[in-house]
Amino acid sequence: MKPLDPRLVRTASAVRVHLAVTVAGGVLITGLILAQAWLLARVITGAWAGEGMDVLGPMIGLVAAVALTRALLSYVAETSALHSAARTKSQLRRRLVSHVTGSGRVWLADGGDREDGAPRAGELVTLATRGLDALDEYFSRYLPQLVLSAIVPLAVLAVVFWADWISGIVILVTLPLIPVFMALIGMHTQQRTDRQWKLLSRLGGHFLDVVEGLQTLAVFRRAKAQAAIIRQVGEDHRKATMGTLRIAFLSAFALELLATLAVALVAVEVGLRLLGGHMDYQTALLVLILAPEAYLPLREVGARFHASMEGIAAADQVFTELERERGHDSDRPAPPPTGEASPAAGGDLRLEAVGMRHPGRDAPALAGVDLTLHAGEHLLLTGPSGSGKTTLLSLLLRLNTPTEGRISVRAPGGAWTPFEDVPVEDWRAGIAWVPQHPYLFDVSVTDNIRLGAPEADLARVREAARLAEADGFIRALPQGYDTRLGERGARLSAGQRQRIALARALCRDAPLVLLDEPTAHLDPENAAAVRTAVARLLEGRTAVIVAHDTGWAASVSGTHLRTAHLPLLSERVAP
Amino acid sequence: MSAPPTDVAVDARERRRDPLLRMIGLARPRSARFALGVLLGAAATGSGVALLGVAAWMLATAANHPSITALSVAVVATRALGVSKGVTRYLERLVTHDAAFRTLAQVRVRVYERLARTEPFGRFRSGDLVSRLVNDTETTLDLLVRGLTPPLVSVVTGGATVLFLTVVYVPGGLLLAGGLLLAGLAVPLMAAALGRGPGRREAAARGVLSTTLVDTLQGAPDLVAYGAMDQQVARVMEADAELTRVARRDAATLGLSAGFTALITGMTVWGALFLGVTAVEDGAIGPTALAVLVLTTLAAFEIVAPLPAVAARLGSIRASGERLFGILDTPPSLAGPSLDEDPHREGSSEREAPVVDPDAAVPVRVRDLRVRYGPEEPWALDGVDLEIAAGETVAVIGPSGAGKSTLASVLLRFRDPDGGRVEVGGADITALPADEVRCVVSGVPQDPHVFGSTLRENLRLARPGCSDDALWEALRRARLAGEVEAMPLGLDTRVGSHGLGLSGGMVQRLALARAVLAAPRVLVLDEPTAHLDPDTRDAVVADLLDATEGFSTLLITHDLTGLDRVDRIHVVRDGRVLQSGTHAELLSEPGWYRTVSGR
Repeated sequence: MKPLDPRLVRTASAVRVHLAVTVAGGVLITGLILAQAWLLARVITGAWAGEGMDVLGPMIGLVAAVALTRALLSYVAETSALHSAARTKSQLRRRLVSHVTGSGRVWLADGGDREDGAPRAGELVTLATRGLDALDEYFSRYLPQLVLSAIVPLAVLAVVFWADWISGIVILVTLPLIPVFMALIGMHTQQRTDRQWKLLSRLGGHFLDVVEGLQTLAVFRRAKAQAAIIRQVGEDHRKATMGTLRIAFLSAFALELLATLAVALVAVEVGLRLLGGHMDYQTALLVLILAPEAYLPLREVGARFHASMEGIAAADQVFTELERERGHDSDRPAPPPTGEASPAAGGDLRLEAVGMRHPGRDAPALAGVDLTLHAGEHLLLTGPSGSGKTTLLSLLLRLNTPTEGRISVRAPGGAWTPFEDVPVEDWRAGIAWVPQHPYLFDVSVTDNIRLGAPEADLARVREAARLAEADGFIRALPQGYDTRLGERGARLSAGQRQRIALARALCRDAPLVLLDEPTAHLDPENAAAVRTAVARLLEGRTAVIVAHDTGWAASVSGTHLRTAHLPLLSERVAP
Repeated sequence: MSAPPTDVAVDARERRRDPLLRMIGLARPRSARFALGVLLGAAATGSGVALLGVAAWMLATAANHPSITALSVAVVATRALGVSKGVTRYLERLVTHDAAFRTLAQVRVRVYERLARTEPFGRFRSGDLVSRLVNDTETTLDLLVRGLTPPLVSVVTGGATVLFLTVVYVPGGLLLAGGLLLAGLAVPLMAAALGRGPGRREAAARGVLSTTLVDTLQGAPDLVAYGAMDQQVARVMEADAELTRVARRDAATLGLSAGFTALITGMTVWGALFLGVTAVEDGAIGPTALAVLVLTTLAAFEIVAPLPAVAARLGSIRASGERLFGILDTPPSLAGPSLDEDPHREGSSEREAPVVDPDAAVPVRVRDLRVRYGPEEPWALDGVDLEIAAGETVAVIGPSGAGKSTLASVLLRFRDPDGGRVEVGGADITALPADEVRCVVSGVPQDPHVFGSTLRENLRLARPGCSDDALWEALRRARLAGEVEAMPLGLDTRVGSHGLGLSGGMVQRLALARAVLAAPRVLVLDEPTAHLDPDTRDAVVADLLDATEGFSTLLITHDLTGLDRVDRIHVVRDGRVLQSGTHAELLSEPGWYRTVSGR
């Protein structure tokens, strides 16, 4: 991985500012390091030569000034680094959110569209918050050190060469050895670790596995025996890890050894030449004080490498996500939305040989569907899981576009129009959708119900809730309709969530209703309440109900009901 | 190795101790190894400081042009220190990591033993909590390697360096002591204290942002379908702006510690120089001592360099410790004999051991069973009576929260009844060791776990060492044999967390095969269809009822699938049995059962 991602510099303006500040700070700090070394050597030599406070006093004062300036510089650098980190994180986060939500393409049903390797919602959230936080460390610790490690060793080397070229050569020879050795050892370690990784992660994951399965173990009277196995696996894990660490620590060992040994060599060599009278005391001290400074930044960069790479890895993930094609709608430019619900939603709908293949997947999710839905009709669409029922709904919601065939709509009294000619937003405004697992937001019950009709007043919300058999339990909540529902509506049971979703659909008051197995996961009692609510929702509206079996027919009975069966594709293709 | 002390009797004083200290206490059996690690670490850090001190002495001496013999010891020492730093650092890391991994292995066993005794299932049902607990356990490693050793090393090396400088020149030693204490102790503590406010503010802002983001991404279909996406994205941007504002405002506070560390280091060196030059002028010390004093002081701040990172880490480690000990301190929910019960222990001989009759006509008899999860809690089971006769299949149905699973956990001996009596094979189960009950009663717990291992290992769990033929027979009964035969590796296929993922239906069938293999008298099947889609549900229940023929079976469920095939149905609601009878009987009488099954 590159220590500085060029995409990061290109995209985030905050990074460019930060880089400039850091380089300027690095140059200043280098100057201060050199000044302090020279002053210390000069004062110690002066005292040895018998100079008094009158001569040395101002120089000692300068040492204090250097210390103050350096402290101030550290403070400013750290503060500005945190500033830049905050800004960069914000810039990346905003781009990520706009990119992910902006395409209008969303994934229905968990895992539905995820075959392209895109991360799941949970991973994206972690990436956008905790993941990006690793950039703090990168900005405030790593980047400044990286800059220093480029400037300080060169500056020190130049000064040492000027002062004493023999010591300069010692440093010049050993300094490049450090990155070379680290790289060599690093590569070797990488190979070893990669080979060991599977074993290590299996041994490391064993404990989690066992704790998760404790109940199962207990049922089969194996819980007690497992304690001994945990001890054994822990021991194996330790041995395997130590085997890897013995190699992994070699890199740090080489760095430490080279850096210290080089300083020791310089010290001995200047000491002996000082003794022989080939060098003066002040120069010898200057070289001795400066020599460790040449190695220090390299060591610091090495020590911070791993922690900071998390930040870089997070940024890298963001860029991968930004570059990922989130699907594109048809080539034809979409007509602009009018802001009104499309009248077509209250009319007829026709599917001709419609098929859908998710990008990157071989088998189509849906193929050759012919259907006509007349205004006011209730279509019960049955089929086993995997037959494409949910995909069909996503086409009707225009969350996806068919890859084969065409869909057309006809407003009451109008002519057949291709689906694409109806603005997406207008079309959706005429739909009330109740998915299998409706999502409730961490806002009040009222706002959840009027999600699709923000202008609805409290009376309308309550009426919708009453019709959805939800008014009773909503009133029983601590703050009634003002109760916040918690993350994903955690406060409510599945049946209650389903009824809120039905209230949402009723509140939307749209002519076309799309229902996706609304009782599949409910206990019988809740299912009965949901069926009552559904019957009310369907009154006077066109509807497509997707379900696994025809059990639904009884609850939505009426003259308008028509059923169609969607067989598994594999069954259909078979001769 | 001796068994860990019984933590059932962890006394109150121990509980009140700082979780950090208690975590460190876990490492006590390895204290010799850790001490060695600290000594090696001190040698490494000390080598670095000593190198500059010795070199300064060497130069200061050489400046007076003595004979070469005066320098020979210093030359050798300098070279030796140049090598010893790297070597001892390497050894220190190996020794402390080794000791920490040894400790971790032991802590895992201890946590496990406690969990196995505590009926953690009510509290740790969600996988999230389990993985957090496991992470908390692994934090021990972090504490010991990065939290414990560096401060001890600093204390040892810092003390030695201060002592040495005090010998050279007393005020110089005191000055360094002050500088090190400020940079190594005061600044990290200050940073931790100052960081608490910003940390809290930032965590709050981050919490809002991530909740909004979760809503946006996971609720995306609902938002798009209802035309509310733009509004929601605006909310995310607002939360992001707030977080950025908070972070930028607090940057000024967080930068302070970096500034102070640099200030203390620089000013201590300045102080050493000033004191030293004055002392040389006064004749209190020689110029050689001055060089040693200043350069040692300069090098000494390396000793405290790792400490700010340690201080920053301790907060989260302490939080982990608190959660960890919160679990270790929980009293077990089984009063009677439990995991550690040895049937030959003195306890069994004192009381008359109840005899389990393996051929009892009614293997399970429940009378007036009452259970609640706390003195203030409502009754989860409030006077339940039922019997499972030999070879009979009994179903318990009811809405979620009706107490069905509590019944299963009492029968499987995960918790004690709070009232009433439960007999297994004619004996009161509270008097029986858990594993003895589970000889008779076993089955499929809610959310059965598939271990990250082979299919064979996962099955053999139920009957260790049994032949492959028996495994295949069990797979056939659970209708899984065909699928396993189709796998290229057959029984050697790796499944679970690191292997092949199994579908929900396959997991249930595997769990069923396991239960069949264990061959208990009574099979308890707790919500075997909870997470299955309707397709699979019907098939699994049908196969389940086929496979359990010949067993006494208790089927716990929330839906009506397959209930026409069971011998007896009990409808449970709010902890009570509402209705009992066969499918036909229940349909013929008015009540809950008929209401919910009527379409």
